[in-house]
Amino acid sequence: MKSIKKDFPILSKQINGKRLAYLDNAASTQKPKAVIDALSHYEMNLHANVHRGIHHLSQEATQEYEKVREKIKNYINAEQVDEIIYTKGTTESINLLATSLAKLCIHKNDEIVISTAEHHANIVPWQQACQATGAKLVVCPIDQNGDIELEAFNSLLSPRTKIVSISHISNVLGSINPIEIMIKNAKKYGAITIVDAAQSIAHLPIDVTQLGCDFLTFSAHKIHGPTGTGILYGKYEHLTAMPPFMTGGDMIKTVSFEQTTFNSPPYKFEAGTPNISGVIGLGYAIDYLSQFSWDEKLNYENSLTKYLIESLSAIHGLRIIGNPNKRSAIASFVLDAVHPHDIATILDEHGVAIRAGHHCAMPLMEYLELPATARASLSLYNDKEDIDQLCNAIEDTKRIFQ
Amino acid sequence: MSNLIELYRDLILDHNKNPRNFGELENATKSIEGVNPLCGDKLKLFLLLENDLIKDISFIGTGCAISVASASMMTENAKGLEVNQCLELYAMVHSMLTGKDEIDEERLGKIMALSGVKAYPSRVKCASLSWHALKQALSTNQLMASTE
Repeated sequence: MKSIKKDFPILSKQINGKRLAYLDNAASTQKPKAVIDALSHYEMNLHANVHRGIHHLSQEATQEYEKVREKIKNYINAEQVDEIIYTKGTTESINLLATSLAKLCIHKNDEIVISTAEHHANIVPWQQACQATGAKLVVCPIDQNGDIELEAFNSLLSPRTKIVSISHISNVLGSINPIEIMIKNAKKYGAITIVDAAQSIAHLPIDVTQLGCDFLTFSAHKIHGPTGTGILYGKYEHLTAMPPFMTGGDMIKTVSFEQTTFNSPPYKFEAGTPNISGVIGLGYAIDYLSQFSWDEKLNYENSLTKYLIESLSAIHGLRIIGNPNKRSAIASFVLDAVHPHDIATILDEHGVAIRAGHHCAMPLMEYLELPATARASLSLYNDKEDIDQLCNAIEDTKRIFQ
Repeated sequence: MSNLIELYRDLILDHNKNPRNFGELENATKSIEGVNPLCGDKLKLFLLLENDLIKDISFIGTGCAISVASASMMTENAKGLEVNQCLELYAMVHSMLTGKDEIDEERLGKIMALSGVKAYPSRVKCASLSWHALKQALSTNQLMASTE
């Protein structure tokens, strides 16, 4: 795959007088010029509120905004366009599910299964749902490599399992979870299956029809789109049965002071004026990525990830956290006697952007017995030079702290 | 790289490697936990107060070099001070870290080694965590101090 770095204006920026090596893609990805131009075009030529207006601009904005549902439907191979709900992001998508499902069907003594390696956004909403209903949160263990313990997972499943909510890829360890088999096994007990695809949406082909999951969530800004926009995919039959999450304008059919009838999905879950430009930007981000085949993208990312792991492994005193069966473009690491925050500060001085901290996965950190890790995460626009720059900066960190 | 050299001065690196007054204080009359929820840094301060005098002080915890060195220097400086003097020192350190007010560099002495933090807004809280906890311990009955 030829370099696409030039498509991303921000990547030509200098940081502290150095070439920018942006390796914090698991936190947020950069936008190609095509997306930035589309956002600017929208603001200058198309903006109006959607769904309500009779006037020309509103109709055009609505058309552009609704077109994206079709793109998302195709991108994840959903069955129908009404199964695509616009949200603020993965966090809101999971909160919507936890709140609405708690009202609909989670009862006392039901079990909700997550894993040790979940992001707080896939833990806290379920804790809240458990508090509201008397259900129990069940945590599936991972092994020292960072892989889900599949046997343990299977043994946790029972007729009490109401929900299984698992991340596709761990945002800390980069492990790709075997969600196909997990969904299949959970389905044997009639559990509702939810895939948190925040980390996988830009990195793996996703086919919800083939997976058979009931719901899937992701954020636009992790796939080169704008922040404040995300997607909840849900099987239509569920969406019809579920009560709304937020209420207000646009999600209703009729309102009187005595009674309100709700709109049909997806609008039932989209109260208020949405992030119109965010959605349109997401559409263009998907168009941008779709110009490359999955073969091309996977080959390039896999070889770059291999180079990252090899380069980091060659650094004396550095330990990569986790050694999963299948790894996505993420590597967490620690250095002997240097705290990850100090690593991140020194790397930044070298123009290298990484993330340091608990990565919103405190229970996982506790399991790993680490207060924090440093994390480098790749995207398609990264190259070997970025990784070399990272490794040189790590060597400098070691020199300062020797 | 000059900012980096200012940040990680030898004195800071030394306090990080060999933190002073590190450990629990068995006869402490007061203890307080300090957390930085943004990064997960955690420390616990132990104080032995006799009337208004800080007779002894120690800390335990994990954190980056800046937060450990700052806590170590804080205990060195607070030991033997009276509560009012300590609160005065806190105010001076706070001004130094945030670069807001004029400061008495002479009075701060070696603590000035922490002044490199000013150039790194994201790290100011690392340096202020222990001082913040100290202030809370001396001026309130809270058992927990947070940088947020």
